[in-house]
Amino acid sequence: MGWHIGKFIANVRAMTTAPPLLHFDGVICRFGDVTAVGGVDCSIAAGSFVALVGSSGSGKSTLLKTVNTLVEPTEGRVLFASEDVSTLKPARLRRRVGYVFQGIGLFPHFSVAENIAIGPRLTGEKLAPERIAELLALVELDPAMATRMPDELSGGQRQRVGVARALAGEPELLIMDEPFGALDPITRAALGHKVRELHVTLGLTTVMVTHDMAEALLLADRVLVMGKGLLVADATPRELLAGAGGAEAQALVAVPREQAERLAAMEGLR
Amino acid sequence: MGDIWEILPGLGDKLAAHVVLSASAIGLAMLIALPMAVWAGRSAIVSRLALSLASLVQTIPALALLALFFPLLLSLRTVFGEGLPTLGFLPALMALTLYALLPILRNAVTAQANLDPEILEAADGVGMTKWQKLTLVEAPLSAPFIMAGIRTASVWTIGAATLATTIGQPSLGDPIFAGLQTQNWALVLAGCLASAALALAADNLLWVIEVGLAKRSRWMTFGGMTVVALGICAALWAQSTGSDERRIVIAAKQFSEQYILAQLIGSRLEAAGYAVEYRDGLGSAVVHSAVASSSIDIAVDYTGTIWSNYLKRSDNPGREAMYQTIADWEQRENGVKVLGRLGFENAYAFAMRGDRARALGVASLTDLVGQAPQLTVGGDPEFFERPEWVAVRDAYGLRFAKSRNFAPTFMYNALQSGEADVISAYTSDGRIAADKLVVLADPKGALPSYDAILLLSPRIADDAGVAKALEPLIGAISVEAMREANLAVDREDEKKLTPKQAATELAKKVEL
Repeated sequence: MGWHIGKFIANVRAMTTAPPLLHFDGVICRFGDVTAVGGVDCSIAAGSFVALVGSSGSGKSTLLKTVNTLVEPTEGRVLFASEDVSTLKPARLRRRVGYVFQGIGLFPHFSVAENIAIGPRLTGEKLAPERIAELLALVELDPAMATRMPDELSGGQRQRVGVARALAGEPELLIMDEPFGALDPITRAALGHKVRELHVTLGLTTVMVTHDMAEALLLADRVLVMGKGLLVADATPRELLAGAGGAEAQALVAVPREQAERLAAMEGLR
Repeated sequence: MGDIWEILPGLGDKLAAHVVLSASAIGLAMLIALPMAVWAGRSAIVSRLALSLASLVQTIPALALLALFFPLLLSLRTVFGEGLPTLGFLPALMALTLYALLPILRNAVTAQANLDPEILEAADGVGMTKWQKLTLVEAPLSAPFIMAGIRTASVWTIGAATLATTIGQPSLGDPIFAGLQTQNWALVLAGCLASAALALAADNLLWVIEVGLAKRSRWMTFGGMTVVALGICAALWAQSTGSDERRIVIAAKQFSEQYILAQLIGSRLEAAGYAVEYRDGLGSAVVHSAVASSSIDIAVDYTGTIWSNYLKRSDNPGREAMYQTIADWEQRENGVKVLGRLGFENAYAFAMRGDRARALGVASLTDLVGQAPQLTVGGDPEFFERPEWVAVRDAYGLRFAKSRNFAPTFMYNALQSGEADVISAYTSDGRIAADKLVVLADPKGALPSYDAILLLSPRIADDAGVAKALEPLIGAISVEAMREANLAVDREDEKKLTPKQAATELAKKVEL
């Protein structure tokens, strides 16, 4: 009962505070006999930070990739700023949608600066060195790193460059697929905070896929939970912590909560 | 073997031709293989089909592949007209290109398949079009592996290009084939050394480019490319200078007599002020067609060969009638001018050791009939399948106790050692004189004649100067003189001569 109210509130808020930047309209994705996404309807308001949480195989990555058309829905459509993404030129669309993923995928034969500048370069725009330095500063990297090659960087530095590359085209929307999955916990936490900060300062709309509910609760202001290709919960972190969202969402919330309680108990014993 | 260092500097022309041919073949193979690899990367069926075809080509021996383009291009003349060259550069280029496809194609396909999927996803994620993804990501990341394939192809091609000699394309194979036939090992070694050095140089230069691509060192990549480009340009320049006007091309099949006669003809033409070029070591089958198509201007052929291979005749009208028929046929059918007979024959004949022949009282094939059931006859590997053997056997009713096959060189040894009593010799062979053999007379005229005749291509058929320079050769060379010259080239001792020296000696001997 609880999450129905939560969803209602979230939807009302999405409709009243800002027009939806992103809208999934009956999205179904099938690969042969496998249905990865089984029908998702959802709106995401401009300016929101949405975490898309679920276990492996829940369809969260597939749903995310329909946004920048790396995956084309079998049925339904995705609207970005009220336009069907399938009608937009992929190169143009992807410049407006920054994409960060676990593999990072820095081009090994390009320097850091060339990697960051690639999106604008594809549409014939050359980024000034000052802009590269500014983007490196945004992700807290030394501007002197611009001339380095990706294999000279640590994993965390590489993903920072990945984020800078996603931001280089001044996107309206940032989509991230397990962006911190391959990083060590300290780097992971630091970069999470940084992304949240950039989200606010740059006025971005962010959708982040993660399997880590703690990360979702700490960074997002709206959490969508997916299970077996369907949205099973849609609530704010506060609502989820208050027990809303249903059994599947609560099972995911229980993990970090229990960890936190056990840590607190240990501290209490000391 | 010290001669090698004297031979090597003279191979410049051959080296230039070799470089131009190999580079063209590899360049063309890249033009075909690289787009095909891109296509194969997008379609599993294309990938399998292309790789299977390229592998299939590899199973054909290079020598056969080169030779196969001659009939193929000949048949294509019905489409492209008589101007289509059937010998020389074009067929060599086509065969070597096919040969170079596999390593380039395979490496390019493998490189593409092994690209990091995350980098490809990133390429899509940043919004690259298919073309941008190919040129900005796939091609540069595959380049070192593709370069490795090009390196393999280059070494193969430079090696295989030596075989282009057999289809009339000058290459470093010329000294190799000439040396093998005249047992001039210095010449063979010089050719091998030069082509090996070229292959090594190409391999190392391309390695520099490959490493440059892998390490993203522009200096190495462009440095290597510049040297390669300079080398090819130098070869092109060397080829373009000197041969403004077409020279007279003289053919030689793959045996000593042919090399000697080619030199003799060449020296007479040069004395008359003509520029000449030798196309040595041609396959016997291509020489006649090459003259008919003016790919080659002058060749010495034999009446018996033309009689059975091109007139498809098996009867024997006699030496004179055979020659006249052939001369008329060449003029009428091919526009080839038969300038005349050189005077000797290089025919099949039966030979015995002198002492043995005397002991048995054998001087002709007729005398042999009674003795044959106690004797062993030796022949070269194809002899007992040839119409000449059938003709002789049936005409005289010869029945030998045994017949054995020997490689030509060993045939003479077998006669000396008594393993054979009679052999099928070649009448102009120097070893007949050297071994003091008796050639048995053929009173019934069962063996067809193999008069050496001088063929002029349609291009120079009416050149009075050429005819004037070569007419003194007609009827001038006795079989004894030819045998002596052949022996001088074939022998292994210190009296061994090069074909050119033997030609000079022969000219003196026949008082030219």
